[in-house]
Formats: sequence, C-alpha cells, structure tokens
Amino acid sequence: MSFKCVNQRVIRKDIVAKVTGRARYTADRTEREMLYGALVRSKVAHGYVKSIDTSKAEQLPGVIKVVTYDDLKAIKFPTCGHPHSVIVEKRDIADKTVFTNHVRHFGDEIAGVVAVDSYTARKAAELVEVEYEKLPVYLESEEALQEGAKEIHDGSKNIVKEDEYELGSDVEPIFESADYVLEEDYDISPVKHCHLENQIAYAYQDAEQRIVVVSATQIPHIVRRILSQAFELPYSKFRIIKPYVGGGFGNKQDVVVEPQVVALSLAVGGKPVLIEYSREEQMVATRTRHAVKISLKSGFNKDGEILAQKAVIVSNGGGYAAHGHAITETMAGNFMQTYMSIKNFKSEQITTYTNLPVAGAMRAYGVPQISFAVESHLDSIAGMLQLDPAALRDINMTEDDLNNEFTGVDYSIKGLKEAIERGKERISWNEKQKAYQGQIGEKRKGVGMACFTFDSGTWPYYPELAGANITMNQDGHLYMHLGAVEIGQGSDTVFCQMAAETTGVSYDNVHINSLTDTDYSPFDTGAYGTRQTYITGQAVVKAAEIIYGKILEKAANLLDVGSEKLDVADDYVIDKASKRQLMSLADLALNTYYNEESGEVITCSVSNQVKSNSINTGVCFTEVEVDITTGKVDILDIFNIHDCGTVINPDTAEGQVHGGISMGIGYALMETMLFNKDGLPLNDNLLDYKLPTTLDHPDLGADFVETYSETGPFGAKGLSEPTTVPTAPAIRNAILNATGVKVNSLPMNPQCLFENFKDAGLI
Amino acid sequence: MLKQINITLNGVERSVEIDERESLLEVLRDKLYMTSVKHGCGVGECGACAVLIDGVAIDSCIYLATWADGKEIRTVEGFEQDGELNAMQEAFVEEGAVQCGFCIPGFLVSATELKETNKSYTRDEVRKALSGHLCRCTGYQKIVEATEKGLEKE
Repeated sequence: MSFKCVNQRVIRKDIVAKVTGRARYTADRTEREMLYGALVRSKVAHGYVKSIDTSKAEQLPGVIKVVTYDDLKAIKFPTCGHPHSVIVEKRDIADKTVFTNHVRHFGDEIAGVVAVDSYTARKAAELVEVEYEKLPVYLESEEALQEGAKEIHDGSKNIVKEDEYELGSDVEPIFESADYVLEEDYDISPVKHCHLENQIAYAYQDAEQRIVVVSATQIPHIVRRILSQAFELPYSKFRIIKPYVGGGFGNKQDVVVEPQVVALSLAVGGKPVLIEYSREEQMVATRTRHAVKISLKSGFNKDGEILAQKAVIVSNGGGYAAHGHAITETMAGNFMQTYMSIKNFKSEQITTYTNLPVAGAMRAYGVPQISFAVESHLDSIAGMLQLDPAALRDINMTEDDLNNEFTGVDYSIKGLKEAIERGKERISWNEKQKAYQGQIGEKRKGVGMACFTFDSGTWPYYPELAGANITMNQDGHLYMHLGAVEIGQGSDTVFCQMAAETTGVSYDNVHINSLTDTDYSPFDTGAYGTRQTYITGQAVVKAAEIIYGKILEKAANLLDVGSEKLDVADDYVIDKASKRQLMSLADLALNTYYNEESGEVITCSVSNQVKSNSINTGVCFTEVEVDITTGKVDILDIFNIHDCGTVINPDTAEGQVHGGISMGIGYALMETMLFNKDGLPLNDNLLDYKLPTTLDHPDLGADFVETYSETGPFGAKGLSEPTTVPTAPAIRNAILNATGVKVNSLPMNPQCLFENFKDAGLI
Repeated sequence: MLKQINITLNGVERSVEIDERESLLEVLRDKLYMTSVKHGCGVGECGACAVLIDGVAIDSCIYLATWADGKEIRTVEGFEQDGELNAMQEAFVEEGAVQCGFCIPGFLVSATELKETNKSYTRDEVRKALSGHLCRCTGYQKIVEATEKGLEKE
C-alpha cells in the first residue's frame, strides 16, 4: 500500500506553537475580573464533618465568598468520562457531590473559597476550621470487605461491583489432572499520571447567562453532560472550551475540577472563577491507577501446553466509584485475550471502595496490572519447565481467527508473532536468554520479554460515535472541526494527514484548531480508549471523501468534462489519465463561493457510528543489569515492537511508544503512592514521588509491524495506551533471567528487590 | 511590600511593580504575560518554569522576583530572531520532540543554555544537563536527540 501523506513523517500541526510559547493552555488565558477559587480539603481519610467555622475566612480582606456543602443542593453525579448509556443499568455510579460532610479520602472536598487573588483564596481555605468525627480508615480492599466494616457509601457493603465468567470447561478438574499447577499472587501499587499541567478550569456566565467552562479536559462533550447532571440544568446551558492541554493519560477523563468552578462561579453571580490545583492536590484529589491484587493459577503439562487458567482480581477503587467496575472488567476481559490456545478460563473480579484517593482511568485502563500478572506468570511457568519463555508463549498462542467471548470482539494476533521474531533477533534472545541463566556475582544481566493485546476504541462496551466537519475555504484550503481532543498525543496531525490523503489537498493546506468548543465542534466522546485514530479517523475519512466528491463535481461543471476523468493532487484538479493540472483548488474554491449561478460552499458534516474494533498487539524486550547488593536495576536496552496497523505518522507513533515505555519503567522500578496507616499521603509531590528523569533510562526503541486493519482508516489501529503495558513484566522477567528470583509485586524498587533477594538467599 | 524592579526581558528594558513575596514565575506570567513559563509544581521539582537569568537556566518558581532586579531575563518568547526559530527550537520541530508541550519551554531554556556554551557534549552529558526537567509524554528520547541536533547546528 503506498501513500502520499499518510504513513509519512510530516511535522506536527501544533509544534511551532509549542516551541515558541504561543500555545495557550488554560492558565494562559485570562478573563477580565478573574477571581480565584481554592478548596477546603479533608485532612482525614474517613469521617464526618462535625462542625465547620468559616468566619475567619470570610473576614480575610479580599475574600468574596465561602461556599460549603451546606450551601449546595446535594445532587449526586458520576465523574467518569464514559458516554451516557440509554440503558439505565449500564450508567455510571452517581456517588459524588461537589462538596460533602462525609469525607471518604484525604483531600475530599468540603468547601470552596472565592477571592480576588489565589494567595488570598488559599489562605482563606486554610482559615476555615473543620472538626471531624473520625471513622475507621480502610486502605486495603480486604479491610473494607471485613464483616461489620463501616460503609464508605451507604448500602454498598464497600463493593462497587463484583462478577465472574467461565470460558470453555470447568477449570478445577483440569487443575486436578494437569502435570503441573502453579499459583502465584501479585501485589501491584497505586501510581499517578503526573501530567505536567495540573487539573485546571475556570467558569463564568456569558451575556446570555449560559455557563462557559474552560478546562484542561480530555472529554469536553462528556463534561457538558456531567455538569448538566450535577447542576440539574439542560445540556445546552453549558459550553465547554478545551484549549491546549498539558497531558492527561486518563486523569483528565474524569470530571473533577469542573463542577467545583461552576459551583463557585454561580455563587458569585457568574463572575469568572479559576481553580488551578497545586501539585500536592493533584496527587491526592484527582485519580490514580488502581492498586490491584491478582491471584493467578495455571494447570499445564510438561511440554508447556497450558490447559486452564484462573484469575482472582481484587481492585482497590478508593473513595468514590469514578469508573466503577469498568477498569476491573477490562482486566478480566484482557486476561485471556493473548493466549487463546489455553481455551479454559475462569475469572472472578471485584472492585472495592476504600479510603485511598479515587482510582480511575490511567493509560491502558487496567491492562498494565493484568498483564503484569499474566506475563510474569508465564515466565514463572517457563522457569519451572526449563523452557524458553518465548517458546512457551508460542505454544500457547494461535494464529487462528479469534473471538473474545467475554467482550465479543473478533481479532487475530498474526502481527504479534512477527513482532516477537523481530524482537528476538534484535536483542539476540536465543544466545543471551540461555547464557544469562545461573550467573553468580554481584552484578548479573538478564533479558526479558512481555506481550500484550489491546482494543482500538471501546466498541462493543460503549457506543462509538465521532464527528467531522470539513469546509473548503475561499483559497482552496480545508478547515476541519473535530470533536476529537488533542491533548499532546498528536491526533490533530494524523487527522490532517488523513484528510490530505483522501482529498488531494496538501497537508500544509489542511488546518485544524487545537481548541475544542462544544458550541462549534461536532459531537465526539473524546480522548480515551485508544480510540481517536481508529474511530474519529473513520469519520474524518468519510467527510474527506464527501469533500473530494464535491470538488470533482464542481470542477466537472466548470471544466465541462465528466467527473470520472478528474482527480485532485497537490492542490490542483488534474486530468486523471495525463496527470495534467487543469485548475487550482484556489480558483475552484473562489468560484464556489461567488458563482452567481451556482454558488455553494464545499462543506460537509459527518457523524459516524463505528461498530467494530481492531485489536492491536505488541511486545517489549529488555536487557537489564541487576546489582544484587543494592537492589538497583540498570536497563541496558529496551524497545517495543507494535502492530498498530498502518502507522499514520511514524514520528508521533515513535513518540507514543517512547512515552509509554518511560511510564512503564517508572511503574516497574520507581513509582508508588505511599500513605501512613491513617490514609495520609507520604509522597504527594514530584520530589518524593519518583518519576523517571533523563538519567533514569537508556535510549528507548520503537519499531512497528504494519499489518493492515480491514476496518481502520488506511489500515490503522490504535496505539497510544498499550505502549506502556508490557514494560513492567518484561523488566520483571529480565530480573528473573538474571537472578532466578521471581518478583511478584510492583514497584520493583531497591527495597522490594532487597527483600526478595534476601528471601531467596542471595543476600 | 510593593517594590519596583528593573529587568531586561528578552532584550527589552522593563520596569515592573512587584510584591516582594512574589516569585519570578508569578511576575513573568501574571504581570509581564510571558506564558511560555509554566507552573508545574511551584517548588522547583519539575523544571517547567525555567528561564535564563544572565544566561543561566533557573527555575523561576523558586527565585524571588526581587532578586531579578537589574538582571537579564530570557524566555522562549524571546528566542526567535527576525521571525526565525533558534537552533534548539528548530531541532525540536525537526525531530518531533514535542507532545503535549507543557514542559517544552523549560527544556528549550536548558538546551539553549548548553548551545550558548559553544562546546560539544556527549549524550550522557546532554542527559545530565536536562535532568532537572520532567516530561511524562516523550520518554525524553526525541528531546535528547533534538538537543544533540541543535548543538550541531550552525
């Protein structure tokens, strides 16, 4: 398949704006008479507010208003950025109010202050005096599930939801008769997204008394729906504007700060009120990646054929439901997806309420956790059988056409097999994997690998709808309005490439504004679920095809030839056979605007529902050196090879892979959120929470196996989220290869490795 | 207490009234509208607010505005010359080193500081020079490569 614009390294649409400082993020926009909000947050992890005294805050000069839970109608709303469901039972749990007197985690919101500047607002928030009746604090799911535990949400028994499934035959008799059985427990810490731009939004009422919210969000159209629920006002009462966004990784797929700014703005007569979270607030009062405990059991024969697997997944959801059980169900749905030759599976999964900060979406939505367990478990089995871990994977994979019975998605993993072969060669797997076994000495090397499969978009769990509006300007350039959301991943760029490829308009002449505005941008659910390239891309191609058809129709009329004889290339209408340029698009466009007989702007608006998915796959390989005495791991080499279908832009695709690997390295070796026994945070800042720096990883590698997706635009599938999935298990498996020690918890930081090495008798 | 300070900002002499408690970050953003200078943590952890003070990259969030009196401050807004990007900006564009872009002005400040030494650096030295800046999008790979490319430019 050859392309002109797609599959090329074109320069990002937004990059010059970003290197010159001209890109305006939410904090860079100002309104006249901007007021500043600050929040009064719980200092305990679980309790009731016994009393609240706002008088000192109100007396501070510059304070305009203090608003508490008592001042607002207690309307419960969901916060998660899922599409609305017409099926009532499928709707997200509505358990959040703007402010509360029943605080469920450290940092929960009790009240808000509006003042003339941010100093005064924060100072006033500190002056609000709160007395608590403390309740028992549950940090682990097991504690919250104990008989007689205090309910964090009334009537919940501290269970968000639980369910189970079985595929194939009953696994228990298979375990009984298998040559071997291995059961392992995995304990995975909560981590944070740590996008550089903190949660921020401001709200005001415009001239027509509509409520305008400017927010760093991944989901402007969903923000509008949730605000409508939270304030019991019609959707149309709200307008959401999303400027440039400084990263999200799922954390801005929840509606967190927006209801707070709306409540405070309404309390001061609709004047503009801005809330910018501090880094410390951002760490405890937004969302986290779920802490999860997974128990995996496999029955297998001596040749490495796995006969049955069982998973028990316990997800710690924190103080509110947010995404509910959906992330845990995604873990369950992904559990058996890669190794379908196994055939017999059972999975039991539960999501709990606890008094940790609220868990939610974070890059790859539960799949990093389940993949850490599944991929680590495979290497443990390979070790028991003294098999090559790559060979064990090969035995339990199939190239047949597959169907995930739990999710209903059809797929194939042919591209993954090729990726594994390429990766093995690149890292010299066959030589190193054997050579590194049974080392002695302080420093030991190892190689490891891990695979993944991942959805492109959210169909069939959620309806997938995307919109694209394209108009040809008077000069023959195209202007696109999309509801898809650019947050740094490069979606605007790939959409412009797709429109250019389809219409024959040059990439430089296809324009898009990074800003999304629910008043002008067509409906699209937003940036999540590795969906935009695959889902919105299909809407863009449909719209661009209509534009292309209209260009030919208009040109055929003007040139008095059959439209079937025409094509468009490099901003000209050309003769299809001779490639001769017949008319510039600039001339054509001007004519369409001002033709006295047949004036009609070339424009179209498409709303496109997608009822397909296209599973993307990949593998990570790494080589590490482990220092037994210090528990420190040096990564010598690490790369991912992805099958994401056609790569629309190799530059932005590589960037996604690098970023995913980096986040995975942090997950594997460094990052964890720490709390004391009372649920108070111990590392709620970027100094004590260890994010990888330039010095913490080596050069990162990205490569692609480009199979062609039959349903994706130009054969593309999704890419962004799963780039981070296989890193941690690949590193874990490399540590196993180096040391013979199976580490089954994250992060594998020096403390963790020291304890594991000590238990194994290495120290 | 309010106080008048005089600085040279991107080559232009500016006089500005500040509150002595204000950081240089706050004054640059709120009073002088240099919004390339980003607030990521406010306590010197992330590097998003770095600016050049007399040629040295410093986190402006932990540098009091009053200390800047009489000094030369440069931000990314002043890096273009006659509408042309500086070598580092150009290299970042060519290498596709930018994703969300929030950390990028800070990286460009440190990279430009390196460039102005007119020395050559190994990859490890480049990594060390940029290690005060956090980025969650890029894994630093293309940022490091772009910085090396920028160092090689005329």
